[in-house]
Amino acid sequence: MKKEHDKKLTRRTFLKTAGVAAASLAVSGCNGISEEFLQSHFREMGPDEINQTRERLEKQYKKKYGRTFHLGTEPADPGILFGYGLDLSRCIGCRRCVYACVHENNQSRMPQIQWIRVLRFKNGSRNFEESDHYYDAGMVPKEGYYTIPIQCQQCENPPCVKVCPTGATWKEPDGIVVVDYNWCIGCRYCMAACPYWARHFNFATPHVPADKLNTNLHYLGNRPRMRGVVEKCTFCIQRTRKGRYPACVEVCPVGARKFGNLLDENSEISMIIKTKRVFRLKADLNTQPKFYYFFSL
Amino acid sequence: MGKKITHFLGQAFTQVVKGPPIYYAWILFLFSVIGTGVWAYSHQFAQGLAITGMTDQVSWGLYISNFTFFVGVAAAAVLLTIPAYVYDFGPIREIAILGEILAVCAIVVCIFFVVLDLGHPERVWHLLPFIGRPNFPDSILAWDILVLNGYLIINLFISVYLLSVIYLEKKEKTWLILPVILLSIPWAVSIHTVTAYLYNGLGARPFWNSAILAPRFLASAFCSGPALCIIIFQLIRKFTNFHVKDAALFKIAEMICFAMGINLFLAAAEIFKELYTNTWHVASIIYLFAGLEGHTGLVKWIWTGESFNVIGFFLFLIPKTRKNFITLNIACIIVVIGVWIEKGMGFVIPGFIPTPLGEIWEYTPRLYEVLISTGVFGVGMLLYTLFVKIAIPIETGEMRVFKKKEIL
Repeated sequence: MKKEHDKKLTRRTFLKTAGVAAASLAVSGCNGISEEFLQSHFREMGPDEINQTRERLEKQYKKKYGRTFHLGTEPADPGILFGYGLDLSRCIGCRRCVYACVHENNQSRMPQIQWIRVLRFKNGSRNFEESDHYYDAGMVPKEGYYTIPIQCQQCENPPCVKVCPTGATWKEPDGIVVVDYNWCIGCRYCMAACPYWARHFNFATPHVPADKLNTNLHYLGNRPRMRGVVEKCTFCIQRTRKGRYPACVEVCPVGARKFGNLLDENSEISMIIKTKRVFRLKADLNTQPKFYYFFSL
Repeated sequence: MGKKITHFLGQAFTQVVKGPPIYYAWILFLFSVIGTGVWAYSHQFAQGLAITGMTDQVSWGLYISNFTFFVGVAAAAVLLTIPAYVYDFGPIREIAILGEILAVCAIVVCIFFVVLDLGHPERVWHLLPFIGRPNFPDSILAWDILVLNGYLIINLFISVYLLSVIYLEKKEKTWLILPVILLSIPWAVSIHTVTAYLYNGLGARPFWNSAILAPRFLASAFCSGPALCIIIFQLIRKFTNFHVKDAALFKIAEMICFAMGINLFLAAAEIFKELYTNTWHVASIIYLFAGLEGHTGLVKWIWTGESFNVIGFFLFLIPKTRKNFITLNIACIIVVIGVWIEKGMGFVIPGFIPTPLGEIWEYTPRLYEVLISTGVFGVGMLLYTLFVKIAIPIETGEMRVFKKKEIL
């Protein structure tokens, strides 16, 4: 028996217990559905509940895809604030980052969801409305054009977090804006609020072939999503919380993508901010992105 | 007490199931509309919102447009409450209850549209205080849920209380009901203000990020809601023996005229600011009125809507046409349609076009969405019909707690 008696019986836990009991009676046989329905918000789970949820989800994914998954729940490191740099002098617009991201983060292949969008501009223009989102990346770079890849800018002042009616999306202490896919009600208000079009919604049931899945998961990141929830770039939280680079940084063939700790004065990203002339997208909106664009040449 | 309740329920049941053939035909029609909506929804339930025309580019569509319109209809009940209770204008006081019932039904319709638009309607409890985790006070949507439900409770209380007093042949307790009625006035303003702030507060969407949005929403609400009332009240007085004085209808029409004048002025102010400043942010309004790069989905609609509003304004303005029931009804119908276009799809969709990354991706509602939406209208009309079917015999004195011979 667990030590339940020292846990305060708050109204919420009472309602939840009563609810679980009622729901388990109602759906006895459909294991897991009631637990999923009554699952708490991730930030309100204690260590035990996180463990139970992790085990339940790992089992669920194994049953669904026939593979073994590791679902991480690593918390933020207090000494870290992640920042990103993108060197527009180097970017050739090859979209390898887009596809590496899709593979790493288990984005739906059918229908397609992509967290990174690369915009191509004619030299001399920087008006988004004149950019081409659907250019052919077969032969790049193209003379007379340049490209700007855009993904979640991990704002310090994120409008998406402010508007979410349930608090299903929030900014972690290391600066990453995450979504609890089990808490999101799918109202899409965050999508209306995001100035960077960085949020994507699973209008249909997402489909990823089982053999294409990345089995190294994080609860707040690339775990398989369900229909009807919003998803977005998390700086590859499943990698970066373990000291690795995001997949887009690793794959970039020209080294245009930089990543590191803004709190460390000697990190590459801090050096770039100090020594290069950086800018942030739509700075007038005061969203304060931790995503810096710069020109090295 | 228990006896009275069973007696009331019996009477109410008789009222609801009995009626002339046209009543049965109307109910049957509403059931078929609702049934079609349920059928269409079964597809959305099985396949998700992918069956709608919505995309990542245009992530809100017909449902949220209708939601916005019906918040206005609900708010417009104050245009009956103010003359009835603040100015004690007799002809409107007699019918104010019908407006409060309309507000109740409009809010129910609003709640339907929001819930239908969710990716996970079964998680709606996440929004509730105590058991869920509403992001209050940061999220305007959390505020909206609070004010809408508050307004629903207030109007339900007012209408049920006033009717039960008449039914029980008691005198109403002014100290109890008057404060609630007076509270309903600012509360009605608040529901539409908060709904406007929902859009207004987003820096990402310049088309919505305009300070005159809440006043515009209120002005147009005070056209569409009362126009709907004028039509409904005429139908009620035609099909029941409930008396609605012409003076009440003409007074409402006069108020619509003022509201429409303000609405058109505010719309013009908005258009001027966008076109004359001519920054990149002008793209949305250009898309709406003229089309962008060959995409002209809303152009016909908005010109129809705005012409209807202008013609309606003059029909309400000129005393001759205002006091002629043919032109008055035409004015009411075109104003309802005009406002539905202007602050429904004509307001919500251009906010998404072009996207914050400059992409132009048009939205057209799919048949399923249209059928689900008409199903929700059906639910609203059914609720209103049944509510009024019970309310009117109470108002006219046909339905009382016990008839005299029953007492003996």
